[in-house]
Amino acid sequence: MSAHSAHSQSEAVAPRASAHSRSPGREAWRRFRQNPMAVGGLVIVTLIVLACIVGPWLLPHDAESQNLARGASGPSATHWLGTDILGRDLLARILSGGRISLMVGAVATTVAVCIGVVYGMISGYAGGRVDRAMMRLVEVLYSMPFTVFVILLMVFFGRQLWLIFVAIGAVEWLTMARIIRGQVLGLKEQSFVQAARCLGQGPVGIMRKHFLPNVAGIIIVYATLTVPGVMLLEAFISFLGLGVQPPQTSWGDLIRSGAESMEEYPWMLLFPSLFFALTLFSLNFLGDGLRDALDPKRGK
Amino acid sequence: MFATVLKRFLEALAVLFVILTVTFFMLRAVPGGPFSREKDIPEATLKQLEAYYGLDQPVYIQYLDYLGNLLQGDLGPTFVYQGWTVNEIIASKLPVSLELGALALGIALTLGIGIGVLAAWQPGKLTDNLPMSLAMIGICLPTFVLGPLLILVFALDLQWVNVMGWNLPQDRILPALTLGLFYAAYIARLTRSSMLDVRSEDYLRTARAKGVSALRTYLVHGLRNGITPVVSYLGPAAAGLISGSFVVETIFGIPGIGQFFVQAAIDNDYQMVCGLVLFYASLIIVFNLLSDILLVWLNPKRRKA
Amino acid sequence: MFSPASLLSTLCCLATLLLAGCGDRVTPVEKANQEGILLVGNGADPKALDPQLTTGLVEFKILTALFEGLTLANPETAEPEPGTAERWESNHDASVYTFYLRKDAKWSNGDPVTAHDFVFSYERILSPAYAAEYASMLFPIKGAREFNSGELKDFSQVGVKALDDHTLELSLVGPMPHFPTLLGHNAYFPVHPPTILAHGTMTDRHTGWSKPGQLVSNGPFTLTDWNLRQHVFLSKNPHYWDAEHVRLNGITFLPIAQNTEERAFRAGQIHITDSVPMSKRERYQQEDSPYLRMEPSLATYFYIFNTRKPPFDDPRVRRAFSMAIDRQAIIDTVTRGGEAPAYSIVPPATNAYNAPDSPIHEDVTAARKLMAEAGYPEGKGFPAIELLYNTSESHRPIAEAIQEMWQQHLGVSVELVNQSWPVYLDRRKSGDYAVARAGWFGDFNDASTFLTMWTGDSGLNHTGWSNPEFDRLILQAEQTGDPAKRQQVLREAELIFLDETPIMPIYFYNRIYLIRPEVKGWYPNILDDHPYKYIWLDASHE
Repeated sequence: MSAHSAHSQSEAVAPRASAHSRSPGREAWRRFRQNPMAVGGLVIVTLIVLACIVGPWLLPHDAESQNLARGASGPSATHWLGTDILGRDLLARILSGGRISLMVGAVATTVAVCIGVVYGMISGYAGGRVDRAMMRLVEVLYSMPFTVFVILLMVFFGRQLWLIFVAIGAVEWLTMARIIRGQVLGLKEQSFVQAARCLGQGPVGIMRKHFLPNVAGIIIVYATLTVPGVMLLEAFISFLGLGVQPPQTSWGDLIRSGAESMEEYPWMLLFPSLFFALTLFSLNFLGDGLRDALDPKRGK
Repeated sequence: MFATVLKRFLEALAVLFVILTVTFFMLRAVPGGPFSREKDIPEATLKQLEAYYGLDQPVYIQYLDYLGNLLQGDLGPTFVYQGWTVNEIIASKLPVSLELGALALGIALTLGIGIGVLAAWQPGKLTDNLPMSLAMIGICLPTFVLGPLLILVFALDLQWVNVMGWNLPQDRILPALTLGLFYAAYIARLTRSSMLDVRSEDYLRTARAKGVSALRTYLVHGLRNGITPVVSYLGPAAAGLISGSFVVETIFGIPGIGQFFVQAAIDNDYQMVCGLVLFYASLIIVFNLLSDILLVWLNPKRRKA
Repeated sequence: MFSPASLLSTLCCLATLLLAGCGDRVTPVEKANQEGILLVGNGADPKALDPQLTTGLVEFKILTALFEGLTLANPETAEPEPGTAERWESNHDASVYTFYLRKDAKWSNGDPVTAHDFVFSYERILSPAYAAEYASMLFPIKGAREFNSGELKDFSQVGVKALDDHTLELSLVGPMPHFPTLLGHNAYFPVHPPTILAHGTMTDRHTGWSKPGQLVSNGPFTLTDWNLRQHVFLSKNPHYWDAEHVRLNGITFLPIAQNTEERAFRAGQIHITDSVPMSKRERYQQEDSPYLRMEPSLATYFYIFNTRKPPFDDPRVRRAFSMAIDRQAIIDTVTRGGEAPAYSIVPPATNAYNAPDSPIHEDVTAARKLMAEAGYPEGKGFPAIELLYNTSESHRPIAEAIQEMWQQHLGVSVELVNQSWPVYLDRRKSGDYAVARAGWFGDFNDASTFLTMWTGDSGLNHTGWSNPEFDRLILQAEQTGDPAKRQQVLREAELIFLDETPIMPIYFYNRIYLIRPEVKGWYPNILDDHPYKYIWLDASHE
């Protein structure tokens, strides 16, 4: 691992004067570009996404065609990453499973973060009764029996992919909302927010101009933390029967079944986990880079 | 003061009431009912069974009955384990989950905040990158991978501890680590990020200008503000830890309450699910309240909110 | 303060202590060997310890240690031997049995076990208000079915009579030479009337009588502790009539399964496992492990077809589907337990049964031809169908393999759907499926337990299939006293059933488990019935 991280880089290279002379977007991009870890993260994430989209068409093996005679064989020249228990090519399954996992990770996280941020900011800014009512609603949703909810969704709507987003979306935004609310409660008493309010700035403007930039760091970190949670939750939901069904697969599913036989067939756990970890690490550096690039205080 | 407490208490009751009502009717909407046994049973027997547990009544009567019993503190019998009441099950499993949850929470907080604070002290240095990379590995290893891995190394290979069970003091170590490390990694990331945010705040500069040592400023004033996202996160996290974990309890054969959350829902065990939901909701309410109080204490300005 | 030297010596001491501790480490199994306690992995918590309420194997294993029926299975042959009854006799056509109870049979509180206790118990399990799921096990007794359905109100008219304190007479609906084998099932176990009545009425299901400290039993062991998700602990019952021959001091049943259980076995925390995870089976076989046991079991794994709806209303389609899969390949790659491929429903190991030559065999060409005849050449025009199974780690890969085989061999595409157990069962019962997974574990060692469930009026038959000739043969078998002739009739019935293929047999289960060598007196046994009174622990050879 390089000794340089996101923060030191951006702090060191962002000259204070120039921060005011250029447009904020271009300035952020410039700072981002000069952070090698962040750029590396972006490149790797892009590569993985591309591999998952294009890969399944290029590989000699299909993700779903079985060869029982070659079941559970280790990495070899024909099957680079080995096969699963039913003799399906593991690399093909990882790439096609990645489509599901990346999509779920991206969409569900975006939805969860958007709802959570907006909800948390409104709750924290409004304060008083509105805040209490909104937070009690969060508590109700927290306590909902998730397994029953998933089973019910399945009974009433059958098995459809979009239901995964409903199921995940229903729970994943709650903590985000609580965190943002907690931050906003502190921020809104600070002098610059008070000043903006005295100058007649409306609530939407204050949220956008003053709260959002100040919570951007925590949003990005929390978002990168949500991605693995969402991907693993998808595996649980699919296990219950909603969402992705065999022979289709996903990273969470591959890791879960790989963990069952980690002593006998270690490659079935190792390779999906590597893809999973590589994606998360890259997203993490990407997130840190974005956070530094967008941070308004870095320029002060 | 009294009025505030009362208000919050009434709100909590309202939350419990809403979640109970929703759960109660959701459960009745799942087909199959609670008496789907491994082998099929005659229709007449099923009718008798339902009559015995009052499930032949209209749903609203069942609901009112349940509320009536609840007011007397009775969560009713489970439909799966003959002779056991939901009260008994929760009461006998709670101490185990409480102990495991508290240990895991201790690990998560100590390691998480420690690593986060250390990492943000000198961002970009080895003290940042090394621990944060470890934290990332913690996030990439789900409990169902980490648990068996720890068992393989420390229980089967080195034979330091048992592979399962909850009898000896050392039986606590691996499950608490498995459960705590993931949360620790989470908390470390949150702490680091928010410590970096407050490092550049004016009051820190002021304090430093006044001659307070850098380390002291960082730890005392910085932490006080930098910890807030962790405190917000702690409400649901503590409730989640104490209500047990299906995966960790299964892997380590621990008699906690977590396994019941999933199993009771799959079995359509109406009373058990309702009881657990009430229990979990109470935990959420209590820990969110504690977390809110802590937020105010850390930054008195919030009191106005 | 510490000097470096003192610190070093302290560390050395600590390390020595640790190492010494490791060397002296006694595994739980070694400790249990000394104490005479058997540690059993049991897969799950028992759902009840009331012998008249349970339906599963998990409970059966515990209940056979706690209670004792009129007869007891021989540990090697599973043939009925004297249990609480020291002898019995039947009339000329095996329709009336008289059991002579031991005078020294006692409950764990010292009370004598009497014939009246059995009358009370059988009335209890048959009472409609008690709603026992397994009341039907007693239906061979005259009037039992009518009493259970509420038609007959007076229990004295049911064929259960206490002739005196120690003589019990059971009158059956017809001749039943294998009746004594049924009595080893927990539905026929007695319960202690005063204990039941102390906690509620006779027909109260949900009382605390079966809790530790309350439960009174008549078997070799008695309940000491029962904690959900932790263990059931039984200790030796000093009042048991044969207590001097019971060699174990106690048994602990642990509700652990799969990998957790296998690891516990490997680490010396249990003597016997309930099962072996599929992925681990191959390695134990390759290592020629002395611990691994794979024994034929009285159970069949199969899929059922919904014969009420197209396309499976056409027997040719059902036959084709059943012929187009490679059972041996599934066993070799997925289950890996050396199971026998199944082409019929009654397991070959069933007592005294001579299985018919099955009309079902694997032949892809013939299967394709049948599909073409049914109007689906190369699978063209075949509707989209779903394969329903209950959520489980083990059913899934089997379903995936079969899905692929049907796709490749018949050109049909099948979607997999898994549901939680109650939802899955609900869909099966209401006929809301095309193909569904199923399995059956025999309740007793006789072919009828696999065949009577397929009659037109059976609540267990979710296929929608019925055949009057089949129903007639089943009824005829129930009324046939001559054992050989009866088996012949059952055989004919199975042939009709297989010929019309309302189900697709896949494999006959093996009981696959691990057992430590110090467990003695444990024999392979088709019903998985291992009377604990005959088991002892001997670690001396190690």
